[in-house]
Amino acid sequence: MKKKYSWLLALSLVLSMFLAACSGNKETADDDKKPAEDAPKVEQTLHFINGDTIPSMDPGMVTDEYGIQFTAAIMEGLYRLDEKGQPTEGIATKHEVSEDGKTWTFTLREDAKWENGDPVTANDFVFAWRRAVDPNQGSEYGPYMMGGVIKNANAVNKGEVPVDQLGVKADGDYKLVVELENPTPYFESLTTFPTFFPLNEKFVTEKGDTYATSADTLLSNGPFKFSNWTSTAQQWELVKNPTYWDAKTVKLEKMTYVVVKEAQTAVDLYEKGEVDRAGLSSDLVDQYSTHDDYTVEPDNSVFYIKMNQTRNPALKNVNVRNAIARAFDKQALVDEILNNGSIVANGLVPKDFVPTPDGKDFREVSGDLMKFDKAEAKKYWDKALAELGTDTVEIEFLGGDNEVSKMMNQYLANQLSTNLPGLKVTLKEVPFEQRLELDTAMDYDMQFAGWGPDFLDPYTFMNLWLTGGGNNQMGYSNPEYDKLINETATTLALDPEKRFDNFLKAEKILFEDAAIAPVYQRAGALLVSPKVQGVFTNQFGATYEYKWASVGAEE
Amino acid sequence: MTRYLLRRVWYMLITLFIIATFSFFLMKILPGSPLQAEDKLSEEQKAIILEKYGLNEPIPVQYAKYLGGLVKGDLGVSFKFDNTPVTTILIDRIGPSALLGFQALVVGSILGIILGLLASIFRNSPIDFSSTIIAVIGTSIPSFVFAGLLQYVFAVKLGWFPVALWGTSAHTILPTIALAIHPMATAARFTRTEMVEVLHSNYIITARAKGVSETGIILKHGLRNALIPLITVLGPMAVGLMTGSMVIEQIFAIPGIGEQFVTSVMVNDYPTIMGTTLLFAFGFIVIILIIDLLYGLIDPRIRLAGGK
Repeated sequence: MKKKYSWLLALSLVLSMFLAACSGNKETADDDKKPAEDAPKVEQTLHFINGDTIPSMDPGMVTDEYGIQFTAAIMEGLYRLDEKGQPTEGIATKHEVSEDGKTWTFTLREDAKWENGDPVTANDFVFAWRRAVDPNQGSEYGPYMMGGVIKNANAVNKGEVPVDQLGVKADGDYKLVVELENPTPYFESLTTFPTFFPLNEKFVTEKGDTYATSADTLLSNGPFKFSNWTSTAQQWELVKNPTYWDAKTVKLEKMTYVVVKEAQTAVDLYEKGEVDRAGLSSDLVDQYSTHDDYTVEPDNSVFYIKMNQTRNPALKNVNVRNAIARAFDKQALVDEILNNGSIVANGLVPKDFVPTPDGKDFREVSGDLMKFDKAEAKKYWDKALAELGTDTVEIEFLGGDNEVSKMMNQYLANQLSTNLPGLKVTLKEVPFEQRLELDTAMDYDMQFAGWGPDFLDPYTFMNLWLTGGGNNQMGYSNPEYDKLINETATTLALDPEKRFDNFLKAEKILFEDAAIAPVYQRAGALLVSPKVQGVFTNQFGATYEYKWASVGAEE
Repeated sequence: MTRYLLRRVWYMLITLFIIATFSFFLMKILPGSPLQAEDKLSEEQKAIILEKYGLNEPIPVQYAKYLGGLVKGDLGVSFKFDNTPVTTILIDRIGPSALLGFQALVVGSILGIILGLLASIFRNSPIDFSSTIIAVIGTSIPSFVFAGLLQYVFAVKLGWFPVALWGTSAHTILPTIALAIHPMATAARFTRTEMVEVLHSNYIITARAKGVSETGIILKHGLRNALIPLITVLGPMAVGLMTGSMVIEQIFAIPGIGEQFVTSVMVNDYPTIMGTTLLFAFGFIVIILIIDLLYGLIDPRIRLAGGK
């Protein structure tokens, strides 16, 4: 009896596995009604891939590439970057700067509206900016972007003064008065960054903790809005926002996004025509570099070797640093290892990032300050060895631990020890977080590091190497450099010509001292469909600007 | 039986507690912090933010608070996804992973059993050899290699199935096959070995002597007994699918939990790491319990201690 019973159970177990398998398929088969890939092509719709989910859509809280990208698509600050990367009309139509450069008065347009019909007013900015530095809010970019720029931002963040002491006031509904800590010539470009976007106080307060966690708890005042999105969504759509003040300029009706992390998969989807743009990893570049749709998109991140002067005595010697900075072939590195359109860097400020006051590219004017030159490197090296009174020097090289980083580390170590006889390089490869910790503790000799700009001004790169600067962390100090750079933020702040002269001079000093060894400026290789028109690549902040985008005649 | 179950549940809770404790402290050893702009903020600014998230408190205090939340079923709020409770993330992501894992387990074990059965019946024949070869290939080649191959041949070249993404049942086919290959190989090997052994045992000889038909011997007496060891590996296999679908999810761009887990570890999203770990642990423990219970039902020779 018992035996029979258990046999039945075993049978039903096997059977239920079959049944479950069938029902499992049936369940999903119901979703077949609208296969995504066969949807009829709608005019003015673009399909894109995103490298990850959007972790946050709260403009005051965003820190990552995607949060910045999408808040900039659905919202608008005082200004917006145009095709040339210059600030153009946004919620503000114009501004006046006081004599001392410290008070900026923005005139806001009166026809700008939130999605719910409320007008966008100066108070929305005041609310948002106070919130960004409020210690109770816990924003990272708030204190980072506003600290030292807007009056009292640091004091408010530390809780020393109440938030209403922040240097931003509404003068009526359509005038915003901003008081700055110092004259800040690049402030205009800062206002295009999400941290400086306005927020509708009533809406944000009402939604509380659920604010910006889904399409329903977001309020758009920009060219687009979400039609469906939740914070963990892997697919979402942006549609044109009809209530945007400049909706007549926006041609694109819809953008769809799917999260794809694997480069090969992205390219396969591109080849199938399911998406209009796909990034290429370096192993795919050779295969696709002859493709009609192959393009290289510049990026303004610059990578370099930091040389810590406080740990290894050899690196305190300027000739050692000069030798190292010249002793590796950068061209081979970008061509063979990176292979993604990245270019050699022979200075600090990236190429095509900021123009000088007379309209030339800063990099071009400043020129190649630190090039690969084996013979020159050897000369410095021999001199250095004589000064140090030794014929062998051992130096640790701290680098990243992902695949490409490892190849780069090995390549650089090999170049250095080959081109500088007697130099022994030991590699230390660690994850990013750990590298930052070692950087903060200044517990390294040489370090492979990089920096991306936070606003449109050479200052974002040049202030890294001020004596005692939070990101210096390598014991570099040159009073002349400090003086030149500090002047650009104080006495010369309102004199663009002299200011840029200072930057140019300072950059020269930096490389005479061989403080860092520039390696490369990053770029990304992509396949972009010719039907994608009018999408601009920004110099900082949101990667892409879609306001002026459209679907071209192709297809 | 009830007493046995209660005791097992009690042990499960203790196991979960130990896992929660271990992973909490292991996580604290992870380098870095949940800050995302860590390289840009000053030490002072960092401290202000850590305080807001209660990360400046001594670790034992954080631990106590965490356990307190856990008892109330509160897994906390994600650091990465602002204001999003961990439970919401888990609920959003578990669906696709569970569906894929389940389909792969069913497809894999059924195909594996059939393959193993054929191999054992036609021992030392070409069928047997090819089944062995399939099993060896299936165990030794990682599933993501199959995934890439399947994607290239059946989606890119032949265009029979979608390349990637999630939505329709057609989207599940390639990832399911890629995931099913390993369980299939395992099941085939186990079934063959066990069948060969069982078919030589005395009761089969008795059955033969009694004149039971060959089909009856294989299906009723042979397979049933051969399946018992398979049940043992089914559990770990299921868990393996739960966690192992990570890479497959990435290749086919599927919004699953494995992929989410990796991301949360990379950005030090403590609450999400903990939540996902506990979910995996819970799944594992429940599966082990189910398997232990199944033993008794399938094989009357195995009896619970104290059972009657």
